[in-house]
Amino acid sequence: MKRILPLTCLAALAAFIPSPHESAQAGTWRIGGYTALEARAFTQDHKWAAQSDNLDLSLIVTPEFRYKSDDRTHRINFIPYLRANNVDAERSHGDLREAFYMYRGDEIELLAGANKVFWGVTESQHLVNIINQTDLIEDPDQEDYLGQPMVQIASQRDWGKISAYLMPYFRERTLTGEDGRLRAALPYDTQSNPTYESSAEEWHTDMALRYSHYIGDFDIGLSYFSGTSREPTFNITPRGELRPHYGLINQFGLDLQYTTESWLWKFEAIGREGMGDKFAAAVGGFEYSFYQLFESDLDLGLLLEYQYDGRDTSKSPITTANNDIFAAARLAFNDTQDSEILAGFTIDHETQDSFINLEAETRLGDNYQIELRARFIVGADQGEELYDFARDDYIQLRLARYF
Amino acid sequence: MTHHAKLSTLLRSAVLSGCFIFSLAALPAYAMSDEEKGYEIAKKSDLSDSGFKDHKVSMKMILRNAQGQETTRDMRFSVKEVPNMDKGDKSLIIFDAPADIAGMALLSHTNILEADHQWLLFPESGKVARISSKNKSGSFAGSEFAFEDFTSQELNKYKYKFLRQEACPNVPSLTCDVVERFPLYERSGYSRQIGWTDTQDFQTRKIEFYDRKNDLLKTLDFLKYKKYDDKYWRVHLMKMDNHQTKKSTDLVYDAYSFDNGLDDKDFVKGVLGTLY
Repeated sequence: MKRILPLTCLAALAAFIPSPHESAQAGTWRIGGYTALEARAFTQDHKWAAQSDNLDLSLIVTPEFRYKSDDRTHRINFIPYLRANNVDAERSHGDLREAFYMYRGDEIELLAGANKVFWGVTESQHLVNIINQTDLIEDPDQEDYLGQPMVQIASQRDWGKISAYLMPYFRERTLTGEDGRLRAALPYDTQSNPTYESSAEEWHTDMALRYSHYIGDFDIGLSYFSGTSREPTFNITPRGELRPHYGLINQFGLDLQYTTESWLWKFEAIGREGMGDKFAAAVGGFEYSFYQLFESDLDLGLLLEYQYDGRDTSKSPITTANNDIFAAARLAFNDTQDSEILAGFTIDHETQDSFINLEAETRLGDNYQIELRARFIVGADQGEELYDFARDDYIQLRLARYF
Repeated sequence: MTHHAKLSTLLRSAVLSGCFIFSLAALPAYAMSDEEKGYEIAKKSDLSDSGFKDHKVSMKMILRNAQGQETTRDMRFSVKEVPNMDKGDKSLIIFDAPADIAGMALLSHTNILEADHQWLLFPESGKVARISSKNKSGSFAGSEFAFEDFTSQELNKYKYKFLRQEACPNVPSLTCDVVERFPLYERSGYSRQIGWTDTQDFQTRKIEFYDRKNDLLKTLDFLKYKKYDDKYWRVHLMKMDNHQTKKSTDLVYDAYSFDNGLDDKDFVKGVLGTLY
């Protein structure tokens, strides 16, 4: 729980900022959220010593409390997240996904507290999305994020929206424990603190700027980040563990989407300096939709993206998305249960090691949702990026009750 | 990321605002062809609803399958009128139920000649994404309403033909003009529609939709009209029956609120991230 303490302080602070219209403003509270049971079964025995072959079971609880004043000027969000897991002690963890106060005036928006911020357009990878740390222990797809403490000031103009972020505290990436699957050959050093390039360590103040707008059928985003890298490198400790190290980086980002007829053309690029040599990376491609397939209610989307990354991974943080092709199909049933299937793969066209992903979900009744996820790693030979995870194929079933 | 398409499916409609334009103003006395009569009157009625500035309304969508089993969706709408006739209105839809899609929001900028611009907010990730507005005849949110039933109500998207006058369906005390209209836009699921519009308040009372094979597909009944500010008629119950699948969808509207002081800043892409 030590990790979420600073967030709790910020949230408590945010909750007591007085509202100038308090007497006149009743406002509304909305309470929601969900609890879920999740079972993850690995189809092969473990590869590395100390890893468990047991069925991986989790209980997830995430209530949501949202306040909005009647004139929509003041908002408070409070969304804790808790996961209890039977196999990996590191996977039993808590976070404040959101805990902020927000003021929305005519000219400016001000937000203080923990929040999530999403930048970018592509499907297979989220290159420019850098504000929030990846909550990697939740899912290897890197689409879960930790709440980031921040002060954000934004202004909406006719020519676009400008946002500035000051982030006083760094969230370290969550990593698999020694018992857990989906980890490198050597276990992560999850007991001691990570090392930092900044002498202020996790209290280094990071900053970011973002511009976002649209012109006709184009959506454009420009971003700049200066601060602690969200991606770590790893040093081997005397005990033979991988200890994360977070350096300082500067990163420019560009995201672009062109929407026309049934096509969505998407592109993201970054340029980064710090933690090794300067490098550029990009991901781009399209999503094309066939609506009402064969005169049914089905919509079929086809996705294709290419991932390039110019980094030297002997000095910079490791990436698997360096020369990879992503292809997927998305089937939306357009039924009352909002059923949907996404199936796809990412293949490195040099080494042929690939990651296969299947996701399916549907609603049961009004309040339950059931979701299947299956992930397979194919053709990962020794020395290739996915080799350490080669026996970590799994099938996961999740039942969530929304309230 | 399966949420992406699911959300877009659910929210791709534009203005579910309850103001269908199918009404005829008083018939001109001089001789016109039935086509001219239909067009001129539809044009007049198109203008009759203008000037409301903005409105907000909450709505429940009740979906019924052939066995009569019901599922519901709750949503809130804000609509801002755009005075420029070359532009359509701007609208924002926020879902409240089912709970797993609560907070999902769609912003639409309707255009007459070009494609509409639409953005979705995915509340779980905070992602705001532009989506395609090409799908016309697909189902809106799993309902018996098609996207085009909401998004293609502009005058010049049809040609018209006056048929006859008769007692109004649903309100026999009123007289209705019966007008046939033929979609001019691409990818419509309909060959034609027949609409009943009363001659007193110029409100649509019923529409029949014929599929591409010219078979009767759906009937839409407009019930529970109320007048606001002595000027603006709004429907509060729309019942769509699909005669081919035997499924039906009701749209049940709460009270509208007009002139809420909404401006363009409440309908820009950048506002989506501040909603939930």
